[in-house]
Amino acid sequence: MLYFSRAKIFGILLLCGLGVLLSLPNLWSRPAFWPGILPWTQVHLGLDLRGGSYLLLQIDTDAIKKQDLNTLLDQTRQTLRAAKLGYTDLHVDLPNHQVLLHPLSDQGDAAMKALQKLISYAPGANSPSVAVSQTTAGAIAITIPRATLAARDSQAITQAITIIQRRIDGTGVLNASIARQGRNEIVVQLPGISDPGRVKKLIGTTAHMTFQMVDSNATPGAPPPPGDELLPMANNPEKKLPVFSNVAVDGSSLEGAQASTDPQTGQWVVNFTLNSVGAREFADVTSNNVGKLFAIVLDGKIIEAPVIQTPITGGSGQISGHFTAQSATDLALLLRAGALPAPLSIVEEQSVGPELGADAIRAGTLSLIAGFIFVLGFMAFFYGLFGWFANIALVMNLVLMLAILSAMGATLTLPGMAGILLTLGMAVDANILINERVREEVRNGRKPLAALEAGYKRAYATIIDSNVTTLLAHITLFIFGSPPVRGFAVTICAGIITTMFTATVLVRLITSRWYVARRPASLPV
Amino acid sequence: MFYRPMFRFVPDGTKIRFMNGRFAGLIVSAVLSTASIILFFYPGLNMGLDFKGGVVLQVQTPTPPDFAALRAALAKAGLQNAALQSFGKGGKGVLISLESRDSAAATQTAIEHAQTALDNAAPGAKLLSTQAIGASVSRQLFTQGLAALGLSFLMILAYIWFRFEWQFAAGAVTTLILDTTKTIGFMVVTRIPFDLVTIAAILTIIGYSTNDKVVVYDRVRENMRKFKSMPLRDLIDRSINETLNRTLGTSGTVFLAALPLALFGGAALSGFAWIMLFGIIVGTSSSIFIAAPILLFLGERRLRRSAAQPKAKEK
Repeated sequence: MLYFSRAKIFGILLLCGLGVLLSLPNLWSRPAFWPGILPWTQVHLGLDLRGGSYLLLQIDTDAIKKQDLNTLLDQTRQTLRAAKLGYTDLHVDLPNHQVLLHPLSDQGDAAMKALQKLISYAPGANSPSVAVSQTTAGAIAITIPRATLAARDSQAITQAITIIQRRIDGTGVLNASIARQGRNEIVVQLPGISDPGRVKKLIGTTAHMTFQMVDSNATPGAPPPPGDELLPMANNPEKKLPVFSNVAVDGSSLEGAQASTDPQTGQWVVNFTLNSVGAREFADVTSNNVGKLFAIVLDGKIIEAPVIQTPITGGSGQISGHFTAQSATDLALLLRAGALPAPLSIVEEQSVGPELGADAIRAGTLSLIAGFIFVLGFMAFFYGLFGWFANIALVMNLVLMLAILSAMGATLTLPGMAGILLTLGMAVDANILINERVREEVRNGRKPLAALEAGYKRAYATIIDSNVTTLLAHITLFIFGSPPVRGFAVTICAGIITTMFTATVLVRLITSRWYVARRPASLPV
Repeated sequence: MFYRPMFRFVPDGTKIRFMNGRFAGLIVSAVLSTASIILFFYPGLNMGLDFKGGVVLQVQTPTPPDFAALRAALAKAGLQNAALQSFGKGGKGVLISLESRDSAAATQTAIEHAQTALDNAAPGAKLLSTQAIGASVSRQLFTQGLAALGLSFLMILAYIWFRFEWQFAAGAVTTLILDTTKTIGFMVVTRIPFDLVTIAAILTIIGYSTNDKVVVYDRVRENMRKFKSMPLRDLIDRSINETLNRTLGTSGTVFLAALPLALFGGAALSGFAWIMLFGIIVGTSSSIFIAAPILLFLGERRLRRSAAQPKAKEK
C-alpha cells in the first residue's frame, strides 16, 4: 500500500503530465510559432456544437458493375469478330456479374481459346480481370470475379473522393473533410456551412460530358434507328434529339474549363480546352462534319447542339446554353474537377445553423458543469478528505480522457459530452468501494495502515469485475455498432481505462503520500 | 467536509430484512415488465428519425408562424402529410417533419420543395437545421443498433458466467432483461424518441445495472466463504446491508450527474438523461429486490445447505 518505487512514482507523474500536455491544445487554436513537426491535436467538435453540414453519400456500385459488364460485352464481340468466330445469344447476366454467349456448335473450343485473351492482370491486383468458363448448358461464361469487382468499387470510391475534394475546393469552402466509410459510402463534413444546397448540387452531378453527332437522317418522332439514342434537351426535357450512340469526343480529354461572358452577346458561356488527343479527335470530327449538328451532352442531357460552322482545330471551344453566372461557374468547376466514376446519392443529411447552436450549447454545457460540480460536492460531503483525493483524481481523469480523445482526433458531440460526464459519475464508484471497504476494516478493529491495505486489496477484485463487464459491453458495441454509436463507445472505453488508472493507482499514491507525511492515529472515514 | 465525512446514507450495522420483500419485489417487477411489453406492442415506441427515416426541418420565423398558411403552402408543394410542431421560446420555432421517401433523390426533392414553400409562406424564416435520413440507411441503423445491443448483452452474460457460478449469471441476466423492458416501457409512456442516442443510454444503464449486481454478488460470494454455516437467506441480507452505503453512494453520484441534464439540458440531452435517471432507480432497486431473490431461489439448494442443516457437519 505505502511502498511506491521511485520509478513507479515517476511513471505515474509522467503519465499525468503527458495527459495535461496532450489535452492543453484544446484550450487554444494552434499558435503561429508552433513548429510543424510537433503534434497539436484537438478534439473535433461535432456539428451540433459548431454548426455545419454532414452528408452521407452512397456510390451506386451497380452502375459501375453495369458499365464494366457492357464494356466486357463490347470486348467479347470484338474479340470473336477478330477471330472470325460465330456466336448466338450474347448477353449480360447482371446478378451473376458475367457475360454469356453460345458459340457455334463446332467452334466451342476455338471460342474458349480466343476469349482467353480477355484475361489480364491489373498492376498490383491479385485476381484476374475476368474468368472464362464453359457452362454445363454448352454456353461460355465470361465472369468478373468478386474480388475484382470489390477492388473496382474501392478504386471508384477513392476516385470519387478525389473528385469531390476538387469540386468542394473549387467552391471555396474551407476545412471540408471527405472520408470513406464502410464498403460504398463517403462522409462529407462541411464545418460552418449550414446551407449545403450548392455543394449538394455539385456532388449530385456525375458530370460525364461527351460530344456526339446528331443523326440528321433519323426521322423526327419515329423510334431511333439502331446505333442511335434519343436524348432530351437540358433546358426542355420534352424536346428530344436523335444522336449517334458512338461518342465522338469524350469529356475525359478535357484539360480545362472557365466561365466567362461572350463579348458579343453578353451571355454567360463556358470555354473549354482539350488535351492533345482530344484536340486531334475534335479537329477530325469537326472537319468531317461541317454544316452538321453537333450535340454537347452532360449526364445524358443535351446542353446545346450547335451547327459546326468551321473545323475547330485549336483544341478549344465554347459552350453556351442559357447559363446564369452561377450555373456557368458551376459547370466549369464540374468539368475541371472531372466526372464521377458512378452516380452518388445523398442518403443522409444533417445541417445545423449557427443560431440553433448557441442556446442548446449553453444549456447543455451549463448542465454538464452543474452535474460535475454535484459529483465533486457529493464526494466531499460523504467522504471528506478521501473524497477530495477522489476529486483530484476525477479532474485528472477528465484531463486524461480529453488527452486520449484529442490524440485520436475523436469528434465530440453533445451526447458524447453527456457520456463523459456519466463516466465520471461512475468513476467515483471505485473510490466509494475502496472508502466503504476501508471504513469496514476500521470498524472491524484494524489499525489505520492495515485498514488501508485491506481496503484497497479487497476492493480491487470488485472494481476489476465491474469495469471489465462495462468495457466488454462497449467493445462489442464498437465492433458491431454503426459509426455514430462507435464514437460513444470509444468515449466510454477511454473513460473506463482512465478510470482504472486515476481512481485506483493515482488515488492510492496520493493516499500513501498523505499517510507517510501525517501518520494519523485514526482514518477520516 | 474537508477532513471528516459529513453524511452517510444509512448508519453502520443496519440490518434490513430485504429478503422478506422478495415476493413483493418480484411481483411488482413482473407486473411492470408485463405492462411494458404490452406498451411496446401498443402503442409502441416513438421511433426517432435515425430509425424511422425521413426529413426534419427546424425553422425560426420572425413572428409566430401561421400554421394553417404553412400547412397549405406545404400541401401545395406536394407535401400533404408534413407534420408541424412548434418549439422553442416565444413560439417562433417550427419543426417540419416529412415522411421517409423511397429514394435518396425523392428525399432531396422534398427538402427543396419544403424550402421553397417555406420561403413563400413565411418570408424571413431562417432554417436552423436540416436532418434527412433515407429509408435504407435508417433500416440499417436500426438493425445494427439492435444487434449491437443484443451482442453486448451476451458479452455481459458470458463474463458473469465465467467469473461466477451459473446461478449468479442467470440472476443477473434475468434482472437485466427485466430492467431493459421497464426502460422501454418508460420510453413508450414518456414518448422519448427511440434512436441511436437512446440505444447508447440503454447500454449505459445496462452497464450501470450490471456493475451494481456484480458488487452485491461479489460480497455474497465473499461472505459465503467467510460464514460457512449462515443460511443463504441471511447471508444475502447481510451482504446487501453491508454494500448498501456503496450502492446508494454510487447511485447518488450518477443520479446527481444526470439530474441537471434532464432538467435543463435541452432537447438534445434531456431524453438521454431521463432514461439514465429512470435506469439508475430501476437498476439499483432491481439488484436488491430481483437479482438477489433470484439468486436465493436458484441457490438455496445448490450453493448452500438449508438453514436446518446441523452445525456439527461443517468445519
